[in-house]
Amino acid sequence: MNQIADLSAGLACPIPLSEYKNVLLAHGGGGKLTQTLIQKMFASRFDNQMLDILHDGAVFPGGSPRYAFSTDSYVIKPIFFPGGDIGELAVNGTVNDLAMCGAKPLYLSSAFIIEEGLPMDDLWKIVLSMKAAADRSGVSLVTGDTKVVDRGKGDGIFINTSGIGAVLPHAEIDPRNARRGDRIIVNGPIAVHGIAIMSVREGLEFDTEIRSDTAPLNGLVERILKAGKDVHVLRDPTRGGVASAVNEIAQSSGKGILLDEEALPIGEQVRGACEILGFDPLYVANEGKLLAFVAAGSAGRVLQEMRSHPLGKESVIIGEVVDDHPGIAVMKSRVGGTRVVDMLSGEQLPRIC
Amino acid sequence: MKYIDEYRDGDAAGKSAEMIRRITTREWTLMEICGGQTHTIVKYGIESLLPPGLTLVHGPGCPVCVTPLEIIDRAIAIATRTDVIFTSFGDMLRVPGSSKDLLTVKAEGGKVRIVYSPLDAVRIARENPDMKVVFFGVGFETTAPANAMSVFQAKKQGIKNFSLLCSHVLVPPAIEALLSSPANRVQGFLAAGHVCTVMGYEEYFPIAERYHVPLVVTGFEPLDVLQGIYMTVRQLEEGRCQVENQYSRSVRREGNRPAQDLLKQVFRVSDRTWRGIGEIPNSGYALREEYADHDAEKIFDVGEIRTRESPLCIAGTILQGLKKPNECTAFGRECTPEHPLGAPMVSSEGACAAYYHFGGYTGRTPS
Repeated sequence: MNQIADLSAGLACPIPLSEYKNVLLAHGGGGKLTQTLIQKMFASRFDNQMLDILHDGAVFPGGSPRYAFSTDSYVIKPIFFPGGDIGELAVNGTVNDLAMCGAKPLYLSSAFIIEEGLPMDDLWKIVLSMKAAADRSGVSLVTGDTKVVDRGKGDGIFINTSGIGAVLPHAEIDPRNARRGDRIIVNGPIAVHGIAIMSVREGLEFDTEIRSDTAPLNGLVERILKAGKDVHVLRDPTRGGVASAVNEIAQSSGKGILLDEEALPIGEQVRGACEILGFDPLYVANEGKLLAFVAAGSAGRVLQEMRSHPLGKESVIIGEVVDDHPGIAVMKSRVGGTRVVDMLSGEQLPRIC
Repeated sequence: MKYIDEYRDGDAAGKSAEMIRRITTREWTLMEICGGQTHTIVKYGIESLLPPGLTLVHGPGCPVCVTPLEIIDRAIAIATRTDVIFTSFGDMLRVPGSSKDLLTVKAEGGKVRIVYSPLDAVRIARENPDMKVVFFGVGFETTAPANAMSVFQAKKQGIKNFSLLCSHVLVPPAIEALLSSPANRVQGFLAAGHVCTVMGYEEYFPIAERYHVPLVVTGFEPLDVLQGIYMTVRQLEEGRCQVENQYSRSVRREGNRPAQDLLKQVFRVSDRTWRGIGEIPNSGYALREEYADHDAEKIFDVGEIRTRESPLCIAGTILQGLKKPNECTAFGRECTPEHPLGAPMVSSEGACAAYYHFGGYTGRTPS
């Protein structure tokens, strides 16, 4: 009897029905609901040593070199946007996830789910831009899949890419590795991609167009890892933005994170758009940015190396890892107070006024 | 960013705070009316800069928080209909109704769309002539003119499939209701700058006189709020009860006259229920009879609505400034931004959500 009871308990949905009977958009928003879904539903069932780290990709144990494996799907609307398109994003995204494992990306797969009626010209443009992105980051697209769904059942095109990369020698990148005193470096202005997309959706116009920052970060990561052996964590703050990324790392490492509002690089136009749209740039998505957690002693050298790379010219230190408030990110405000920087809860919804 | 950075300057804020400390000789309790001001106060840690005897209580000025449950339930019932596209500002979508919220309606297949302007909703109506398009018109005097304009334009352009679910509320009657309450402890008000941008501040003179309270029309940046506090404290210390304008770069005494004319043309003043507070006479707007064809409340018969509030939620006490969010037993436990029991936990302007997101880390363990 006990056994039956246990079995049924094991099969019951771990996200209580009373909370959510249906999946909400926010379950894919990169914030708390996404985290809950992953931890309670996926990680609890698929549970294994590689998955449990909950990093951007998995690193297979043993072997030399070690290999990293990652996957991501792209469902962006509009599929063509200032600064890029869904194809470029799909290649760069998985390249970056592998790079965040300290790996040199090698091979990618690509699966296309295409909505009936997509103009062939659009598909060709996407293919060409995927090819260009693959060349830029030095990866090959070696296998793939194509499905077409009925008109109205997809948003033009969805793309999944998965990739394999070889972990660079001496790279020990793990979100659990953040240590007291680590400096947190970002490689340039944040919140650009999310605002580029939102401005197209909302028809906002600026003096000069805000263009997505989508870019392959593997070259920059190689430079970072060459510059310093004590790089502890790398993370690309995509959905959920910098705030969600630092929260995940605070929780994985059991350390506190202290950000400095004054130091956060945010472009003038992006700040303006965030004011208009009612968004906090800390929670807005990036596609060509990374956070590097580097021991204090090496931070200066790493910063210098990053600044000599085209994608790292505007690198700055935005905070540090502390022993206080374990698992929580806190920010020193411009005016002198401090506040908690929580994870994104739900989706970022525009305020009324 | 020009005209914003100046008002967030750390040195200037430090000096303003020092000026407040210098003139404060007694204990005072002030209320900031607007949720936008609450957001700034908590986000920038302004309370930590004030002298110990100076208390800020957070007022009922978050439109998301005070929209009555009955209207939320009505919105949910309308949005569920297959012949309706329901449009709304973003943060109304997560406000808990009696059984669910609008985001859940969307997940269940309801056509719920976020718009940034009610005129976008009018455009959606024009583009979808075979659907009924409803805009959820909530908020204070700030959002009322744009909402009035949507109905005005729809009528003018003959867009018959557009309607407004109207639940507008007005600030001055709420201030009077708070001041008449025997439990009131508020001695001075930071009036809401954007409400006054539309309405001006002449209607506050009788309140200042009748209840002997200073009211200072205040903006929304950290320096605005600090200066508003300074001006209010100075009045209290000098024994004055006047209406003053800190936010003069946006607010004129007479307000925005064309906007006011439009409001009079489209709306009539009506009694309104405020969530957590109760009914306040003449405290809201309803659509005039001439616009009945665009009044969602009249168009859609959704049957009787029976509301049910969470028994744990003390939103009313919070909105009246009688308790602070972290004094609620459900705060951060049963009630979080992911599972709000009451509306102040929903919008980033709501006092509970502002406390939750930006509050001190000492009282709360990580999730």
